[in-house]
Amino acid sequence: MNRKNKKEPRAVKNLLILLSILFLFIMLVLPLVVVLGEALKKGFQLYIGAITDEYTGKALILTAEATVAAVIVNTVFGLFAAWSITKYHFKRKRLLTVLIDIPFAISPIIAGLIFILTFGRIGWAKGILEALDMKIVFAVPGIILGTIFVTFPFISREIIPVLQAQGNDQEEAAAVMGAGAFRIFRKITFPQIKWAFLYGIVLCTARAMGEFGAVSVLSGHLRGKTVTLPLQVEILYSEFNFTAAFAVSSILVVLAVIILIIRNVIEHQMKKAGGKV
Amino acid sequence: MRRSRKKQVIPGFGISMGVTLTLLSLIVLIPMASLVINASSMGFSTFWETVTDKRVLAGYYVSLLCALTAAVVNAVFGVILAWVLVRYDFPFKRFLDGLIELPFALPTAVAGIALTNLYSDKGMLGHFLGQLGIKVAYTRIGIIIAMVFIGIPFVVRTIQPVLEDMDSQYEEAADVLGAGRARIFFRIIFPEIRPALLTGFGLALARALGEYGSVVFIAGNMPFKTEIAPLLIMGKLEQFDYHGANAIALVMLAFAFLILFAINSLQIYYNKFTKQ
Amino acid sequence: MKRKNLITLGIVTTLLAGLLTGCAGKAAEDADGKAAKAIEITNVSYDPTRELYEAYNVEFAKYWKEKTDQEVTVTQSHGGSGKQARSVIEGNEADVVTLALGYDITAIEEAGLIEAGWQSEFGNNSAPYTSTIVFLVRKGNPKQLTDWDDLVAGGVGIITPNPKTSGGARWNYLAAWAYADKAFGHDQDQILEFMKKLYQNVLVLDSGARGATTTFVENGQGDVLLAWENEAYLSMKEYPGEYEIVTPGISILAEPPVAIVDSVVDDRGTREVATAYLEYLYSDVGQRIAGENYYRPSNKTIAEEFKDVFNLELELATIDDELFGGWDKAQAAHFDDGGTFDRIYDGETQE
Repeated sequence: MNRKNKKEPRAVKNLLILLSILFLFIMLVLPLVVVLGEALKKGFQLYIGAITDEYTGKALILTAEATVAAVIVNTVFGLFAAWSITKYHFKRKRLLTVLIDIPFAISPIIAGLIFILTFGRIGWAKGILEALDMKIVFAVPGIILGTIFVTFPFISREIIPVLQAQGNDQEEAAAVMGAGAFRIFRKITFPQIKWAFLYGIVLCTARAMGEFGAVSVLSGHLRGKTVTLPLQVEILYSEFNFTAAFAVSSILVVLAVIILIIRNVIEHQMKKAGGKV
Repeated sequence: MRRSRKKQVIPGFGISMGVTLTLLSLIVLIPMASLVINASSMGFSTFWETVTDKRVLAGYYVSLLCALTAAVVNAVFGVILAWVLVRYDFPFKRFLDGLIELPFALPTAVAGIALTNLYSDKGMLGHFLGQLGIKVAYTRIGIIIAMVFIGIPFVVRTIQPVLEDMDSQYEEAADVLGAGRARIFFRIIFPEIRPALLTGFGLALARALGEYGSVVFIAGNMPFKTEIAPLLIMGKLEQFDYHGANAIALVMLAFAFLILFAINSLQIYYNKFTKQ
Repeated sequence: MKRKNLITLGIVTTLLAGLLTGCAGKAAEDADGKAAKAIEITNVSYDPTRELYEAYNVEFAKYWKEKTDQEVTVTQSHGGSGKQARSVIEGNEADVVTLALGYDITAIEEAGLIEAGWQSEFGNNSAPYTSTIVFLVRKGNPKQLTDWDDLVAGGVGIITPNPKTSGGARWNYLAAWAYADKAFGHDQDQILEFMKKLYQNVLVLDSGARGATTTFVENGQGDVLLAWENEAYLSMKEYPGEYEIVTPGISILAEPPVAIVDSVVDDRGTREVATAYLEYLYSDVGQRIAGENYYRPSNKTIAEEFKDVFNLELELATIDDELFGGWDKAQAAHFDDGGTFDRIYDGETQE
């Protein structure tokens, strides 16, 4: 991982490291300590009780479902969108790029509201859904849709800057030599973007798991049916169950750590297989 | 999106664009249209009155000011963090690297409660800062802290892949030619990470503008002082005033859209500039 | 190359189709779930009623099984009262709603889901249990806060949620207003002046009742928390020995009402069980459960059983008093844009 260029003066290097550690410690480690501390405040027994609760289990499953759906859909979209934007010339490219970013720019509450205004009882698509006997909002599909929406740009957003930095020379040369799009993508583009792609998936997973605002609007909070882990945290907190709320939050922290481990393993494998990064 | 006159060099334009636009429309554009349709039914004068109300204006100001400050802090620390994590080795590096995603995985409300706990004048850090005369929780500084927290992953994780993939030969060449480290950084490395930095900055800013869950706990929510625009949207909804909520949401969206658009233009300008 | 494209397109279509059929499958499952022997209803409630309904649902299921030999499952939903009302308006199919204030149920009525006259459908204004607004202070009451006028003194820090975003906080506001109205003999200017002073002492205006409690309890802000009586008791239970409850001389009768969502029960054929569900809240069993969860039972005899817990002598104003004239009027006068609450803050635009 480390390169040959360790040429900065030692002082600068140490200062930067110190600054980083300090920043991460204050901004991330301490809040984490608070979460874990509150979760364990009333003893381990209560902690285990809170995280093995039946409804917490159901919430965990729903969160996993929504996260997997979000990662799949956003991977497909992310790859196609990043490829389209960086490899071709077309008009209004800038507009398209900004449109993709919209889900980030929207307050999560509004993200939930737009689906209510579309598919809810007061929405215009209500008739269509009734005809199909489908329920979207205040049911599982709404939660999945909301999760996909808020994480929509993640993967494309990670890949685009890398592709922009690389330029298109190699792809164009390959195309001139008669290679097809998929072959170009697999042989030339993908090796360049694999890190960004991996980071994108990790970010998307983390954000999908933790999404609260949009899902909260779309869920209806039906216990055991449409409650995800973050909503379970909210419910426990609102019923003055402070400790249990933090215990359930710690599950999300653990999940985030698991994702990190998986990422590290993949990174390691890829490096071993690929030699040069 | 029409295909431009010039023939594409790389094949596969049709399908890539097709998939991109289909998904974009299904998941983003069509639902978004509902917002515009809904707002358009309220009539311009009511719309204008709602979005230019004194308290709402103060809300935009607090939101924009804090989000911008937070995004700048994130940009600076994001570059440092990404650099340190990619280039250096030090104890607990893996652990710290893994923590970067934490702000995403933690539900925003939990983050808000934990941060308030830390920074209120009875909290670990707040107590210490209080002695220095700095009040963090329930002030705008608190809002900024919450916004920095939720924005960290954006900048770090957009710059990191670029640094990982960066070809070190130019750096080495420059080094051999005797350029100083600072010069190398600003002349060679910085232009490489600039698109990623701009993207990360824009995303962190946009996210901070819309953030609600973590901010309301630490903000204090005093009208005209620490009341953010998303809270006003919630207030309208709580009064069953969908139109009012919608109107403020549209204005906030317009801000975010403009910011992202400006950043994009800047990026395109730089790309052209560096290519020439 | 063409083939590759087709394959990709195929994958995408399958994924999308899978997502959609997944939705359809879920919907069908729900429809099949309603067998004749078992019945399911949804109770959309507000935040701190979980323990109440958790206990009550068990008792009700027993009662219903005995009466009709039918298994009833009650799905609970909890959240901020206004938010919950909104979700019902937006399509969350609740058979019954049990919310924090009549205004929220009226909003559902106005959306056409509940028929007019719901407030007289059940006893006591359709409020099977009530509560009131009290002061939660730190142990020993260090600032000696005993009534509302103590709160406007300099140096007192008050924590109360924002009435714009929290339904419960509107009761707090109105309780203070009721005091001022009595103290200043209906003089509008003096009342407003009092309210202004009161809110100048507010340190943090949280978005919800729960957030305000955290601010006061966990983060140690302020000297007094204006809270619902039942929530104040929940805080005392969570932190034994650290807080005290002070009942002011006058407060407001907070009536969290219940109602049947007519359009949903007619659609699902659950009217009978939904009605029984709400009626049973007024039974001795239901009333006692309410009392055990720190809500004041509306049944006077049962309330007497809890006289050690509740100060039953407290003078209580009600929302239907001439002073407020019901929720519609109170909402318009105080909490809508330009109402008295906005005017309190308008004066101090400049910091």
